[in-house]
Amino acid sequence: MAVHVARDVDDATRAVAVDERAELIAGGTDLMVEINFGRRRPGALVAIDRVQELRGISRSGRVRVGAGVTYTQLLADDAGSAALREASRSVGSPQIRNAGTIGGNIATSSPAGDALPVLAALEATIVVRSVRGERRVPFAEWMTGPKRNGRARDEIIVAAEWESAGPKQTFMKVGTRNAMVIAVASLALVVDASRRRVGVALGSCGPTILRADRAQSFAAGVLDELGWERQAAPTETACAEFGALVASAARPIDDVRGTAAYRSHVLSVMAARALARVAVLG
Amino acid sequence: MNDVRLRVNGVARQTAVPDHESLLTTLRERLGLPGSKNACEQGECGSCSVLMDSELVCSCLVLTAGADGRAIETVESLGADGVLHPVQQAFVDAGAVQCGFCTPGLIVAAYALLRENPEPSDLEVREALSGNLCRCTGYGTILAAVQRASRAMYRR
Repeated sequence: MAVHVARDVDDATRAVAVDERAELIAGGTDLMVEINFGRRRPGALVAIDRVQELRGISRSGRVRVGAGVTYTQLLADDAGSAALREASRSVGSPQIRNAGTIGGNIATSSPAGDALPVLAALEATIVVRSVRGERRVPFAEWMTGPKRNGRARDEIIVAAEWESAGPKQTFMKVGTRNAMVIAVASLALVVDASRRRVGVALGSCGPTILRADRAQSFAAGVLDELGWERQAAPTETACAEFGALVASAARPIDDVRGTAAYRSHVLSVMAARALARVAVLG
Repeated sequence: MNDVRLRVNGVARQTAVPDHESLLTTLRERLGLPGSKNACEQGECGSCSVLMDSELVCSCLVLTAGADGRAIETVESLGADGVLHPVQQAFVDAGAVQCGFCTPGLIVAAYALLRENPEPSDLEVREALSGNLCRCTGYGTILAAVQRASRAMYRR
């Protein structure tokens, strides 16, 4: 086996188990770039892009999105998460959205992965499978560093799951243009009114996707006063305070895409707008 | 080497490819179809755009050996016997071709758009072509060409 086209997940997990050189390829939007530029030469490849059981979205109770679901699919069927739909639309271009998968984002674990702040804010669980069995990892424990995660070499990401969080959620991203851009900074805000929970997660502002715990507590306090289920706008002062708390959770660096100072500033602006936006959704 | 069967522009093709070869290389170097252009090899420019099982993709990001059994449509499938496809004719008529390097990818992307959305708004055209770079035209004539093709194809 040099290149194996997997029929189903069992076939794929066996293929990566028997050949320790094997790497997985789904949409190819990350790995093929590495291959084309000679930065990686996998000794064997297992193609999982046509594994149907990875391509489903189900909403019976918990939401479950198969790892092979593309961003184009997520635009047609947003899996009940408006924030995930917004993030999906900001990914690459039509060509990239037709090929790239949510599982690829989870596997690559770039701090700039557009779907990842949304999964973090939804407190999603990542489901991985190998010939040794199935394992479920909370997203908070998934990423261990930039492009590093807890996936063992023989494990296949099969799905992401979360409890549906309702309509009060959004995703924001800043870059040099709308298409084909790696986020300079991104933010997902999820207000789960039925569970009285606020999730805030930041992309491209640290070595992993970061949560803004103090900002979450502050927003929960604002919503306690406003009413979680109501569509009522917080004061500008409250939004600005929330923005400042979100920015203080970042651990940004200067790089080719932007400075740390700009990232902190843009986070405070995005966060204030995000809170004002989601509070009136219903 | 991997033995691969593809349906390319309606014709069954069979070829042997190395493990890491992209579909773009296979089309250009093995199957005699140089219409898809090789520029960035990282999915940024769209000049290698093709339809794979009817979906618009960058052929540089498709692993050929993993695409066994797929149906591919390239720019060469548009127009026949010296007759341009309406999208191609619209690009000529609108002056949307300058150096021409990005043109095949844009033609395929525009064709894919108009098949799904016969009468796109200007914003829909911009979003649909957002994965294709042109460094000559400034895009104005390209947007005009897509609207011209829409009118020609659907007589609105």
